Parts: sequence; structure tokens; C-alpha cells
Amino acid sequence: MTEAKFILEVDTLNKSYGDNTILKGVSLTLEEGEIKVLIGPSGGGKSTLLQCINCLVAPDSGTISMHGKEINLKNKKDLYQLRQRVGMIFQEFNLFDHLTALDNVTIALRKVRRMDKGAANKRAMFELEQVGLGDKIELYPAQLSGGQKQRVAIARALAMDPEVLLLDEPTSALDPELVGEVISVIKALAAKGMTMIMATHQISLIAGLARNVLFMENGIIQEQGSPKELLGAGKKTRTQGFCDRLSDLDGEGS
Amino acid sequence: MELSPFYQDLLTALNTGVITSIGLIIPSALGGVCIGIAAGALRTFGPKPVRKLGDAYAALFRGTPLVIQLFILYYGLPNLGIYLSPYAAAVTGFMLCSGAYQSEYVRGALLSIQRGQYYGAQALGFTTFQTVFWVIIPQAMRRAIHGCGNEIIYLIKYSSLAYIVTCMELTGEGNTIASEYFRFTEVFMMVGVYYLLLVSCAMLILKRIEQWLHVPGFGHQEG
Ligand SMILES: Nc1ncnc2c1ncn2[C@@H]1O[C@H](COP(=O)(O)OP(=O)(O)O)[C@@H](O)[C@H]1O
Ligand SMILES: [Mg+2]
Repeated sequence: MTEAKFILEVDTLNKSYGDNTILKGVSLTLEEGEIKVLIGPSGGGKSTLLQCINCLVAPDSGTISMHGKEINLKNKKDLYQLRQRVGMIFQEFNLFDHLTALDNVTIALRKVRRMDKGAANKRAMFELEQVGLGDKIELYPAQLSGGQKQRVAIARALAMDPEVLLLDEPTSALDPELVGEVISVIKALAAKGMTMIMATHQISLIAGLARNVLFMENGIIQEQGSPKELLGAGKKTRTQGFCDRLSDLDGEGS
Repeated sequence: MELSPFYQDLLTALNTGVITSIGLIIPSALGGVCIGIAAGALRTFGPKPVRKLGDAYAALFRGTPLVIQLFILYYGLPNLGIYLSPYAAAVTGFMLCSGAYQSEYVRGALLSIQRGQYYGAQALGFTTFQTVFWVIIPQAMRRAIHGCGNEIIYLIKYSSLAYIVTCMELTGEGNTIASEYFRFTEVFMMVGVYYLLLVSCAMLILKRIEQWLHVPGFGHQEG
């Protein structure tokens, strides 16, 4: 095989916390430009899976490959490399609280990428303007709304030119009226062909963006397929049942 | 207005003493803060043996009276062939003792930083050292500054113990004059005023540093 088909391959990941087995042999593949959506009940292991993919949490076993090349998870250098290539967006934003929006975006460019300040500022300005925050660059996280924080977090991840973006319920911590601004940024990313794995319960993101939906429960991917296959009219899948309950809860139709 | 010989002697002595005191306090405070940050970070993030070593250091210096530490540094170390001048013995003792206390404040602040801040940095490809140095310490510093400032205020006052190892600072100079003239009340009230001035200056400087480090979302409101 000369040209790897998959940008990212995750093979049989296992993860336990003590006696509590969270991931039971999870495998998935991701093609360039593909968007996969992870759904499933809370506690099913979605966050753990995403954190294992860029090794914020070390998996107990399993392999991760990019472009067909396995990452040596024991090697720190390889890990740091992997994380630079795989961006991550968190439910709780995780912006650096002591830095302005601008410096939140520049710090990794300067310290990890070793860009000089001018170039880093220029790049950060570009990314912040892309998410509609060109006028908020001097504000600190405490002075931003949740939606603005999440957009800074997206700008921060994109400034590192990730090949894959992992999003862990990017809109779940937001007030309902702020969800829209983050969704439109994510949709714009999708339109540009960004490769993503996203855990979300936002029906509009699932139906509109996902090429594949993975339904995850008890640490296992129980079902997977296109939104049509899993969520089409009259489908009796567990995914469908789960989404119906979601819609009932927040009154959002698909 | 002509001062009486007593007051002339007193002021001359105290002015000499206060210079020595400042010479003790500044390096001790800076050294204490540096040791505190290093020891606090190692006690929090270091490998287990290093953590244990750091804990032992803090326990030892927080658990024994400073006077004893100074005695050992000045009168004890010569038995091992290490001779420290009174000044060096005092500064070493103050730094080590202050560093032990500072490391407690630093450690508490480091532990209060949420996991998400590590994740945020690690996810961008920061090494562990970069994460600690560029994200955790700057935030912890802002949380620790109140406690650390307080420790520096204490240090100013316990710097008076230097005269016990014959380093003639403010209290030592005052004591000499007091015994010479047998006017203890006036002398020590005057010495007290000098310390009050030193502490006031330190508070002013600390306030400035706090303002300079101020970032919305950190600071007094949050306790
Ligand atoms: N650091 C941890 N220590 C122990 N248990 C954890 C830890 N992180 C997550 N878990 C457990 O792992 C399970 C799956 O959590 P998570 O991956 O967050 O699920 P999801 O994102 O699907 O809601 C939960 O039962 C949770 O309690
Ligand atoms: Mg989760």
C-alpha cells in the first residue's frame, strides 16, 4: 500500500478506570474530509474515546495510525506530534483563563510552533476574524460569553492547521440562544472540507453534516451508518430511538 | 533643632541597621519565592521520589523553629567544615524557611488549577514542561500571590532573628543602643516604627505587583 486511504485509523482501543471498563475494543476509520458524529447516552464513553484518540488519556491498549503510519504511543515526541495534527474542541472550552483571546490563539503558535510574535499575531487575527471575533481579541475568557469562548477555542485549534478535528459536545455547555453561533462556525468548517469526529446531541448537526453516525453505548459502537440508514423515516434502530427521546426532551425537531 | 546624643546615636544605629535588614530581606524574599515555586512545582508534578524529598524539605523547615535552623547553619555547620558569615547564615536560613512556606502556597494554587487547563494545553501539543511553565504557573501565581505576599511580610519581621547569629541588623543595632543607654522602651518603639515602615513599603510594592498581574477572572473577588 503506497497511498493510505485513511487519514486516521483507530484500532481496538481499550480503556478502564480501575474496575470500570469504559472503552471495549473501539475501532474506527476516518477518510480525508469525512465527518463522523458520535452519539449515545451520557457515560457511554464518547469523551473518553475522543480523549484517547489524541492521547490526552492514554488508552490501555489499541493502536492509532495517521496516514497508515502507526503512532508510537510510548514515545513522547510522537505524542506531541500527534496532538499537533489532531485538534480538539472541548465541551467546557478550556481556554487559558490568564490570556486574552488573541494570546489564547498565539501561545501554541509561539511556544509549540516557535513562530515569532508578529507572524503568530497575524495568523491568530486571521483565525479570530474567521469565527467573527476580530473585535474581541483583547478580552479575557472571563469577559466572553460561552459562545464566544467556544469560537476562540475553535480559532485556537485551527491556527495549528490540524488534519483532524475532534469536537466533544461543543455546544452542550452553551445557553440555548448561543448554540447557533457555534453551529454556524462548525458548518462553515465542514463546508471547507475539515475532517472531523464530533460527539454531539444537536440534531441539526447530525442530520445536516454527518457522513456517518456512530451510536455508542457502554463503551461499544453499537450501530453505525449514514444518517439516512440510521435515522430515516420508519427505521427501528436504537439510534433512532435515542434521537427520538432527545427531540422529545428539548422539543427540537429533526 | 539639635537632637540629644541619645537620639543621634539611635538614629545613626537604626539607619545602619535598616540597610542591613533590607540587604537581608530582599535576597531572602526573592530566593524564598524562587525556591517556593520550584519546590511547590516539584512537590506537585515531580516524580514520586522528588515529591517525597520536597515534602520532607517543607516538613523539616516548617516543623522546626527558625532560631534552631539559624543556630545550626551558623554554629553547627562549622563542625562539618562549612563556615558561613553571619550574613550568609541568616540569608540562607531565611531563604530555606521562607521557601518552605512559599512552596505550600504555590502547591495549593497549583492544585487548584482545573484539569481542563492541562487538557487545553496538551491538546495543542504542549510538552508537560511547557504546560506547567506557560499555563499552570502563570495562573497559579495569580492565585498564590496573596499568600506569598503575606509570607514576605512575615519574613520582614522574622528577619529580626538575624541578630541571634550576630548579623547586626535593625533589631541588633537597636539592642546595642538600648543596653548602652538603658532606654529600652524608646529604642524598641523606634525599632517598631522602622519595621512598620518596611512592612508598609513591602505592602505597597506587593499591591503594585498584584495590579500588574491582574487579569479579569482572577483575584480578590474570587478569594
Ligand atoms: N478520570 C476518570 N476517572 C474515572 N472514571 C472516569 C474518568 N473519566 C470518565 N470516567 C467514567 O467513564 C465513563 C464514560 O465517561 P465519558 O467518556 O465522559 O462518557 P460520555 O462522554 O459518553 O458521557 C463514565 O462512567 C465516567 O464516570
Ligand atoms: Mg462526554
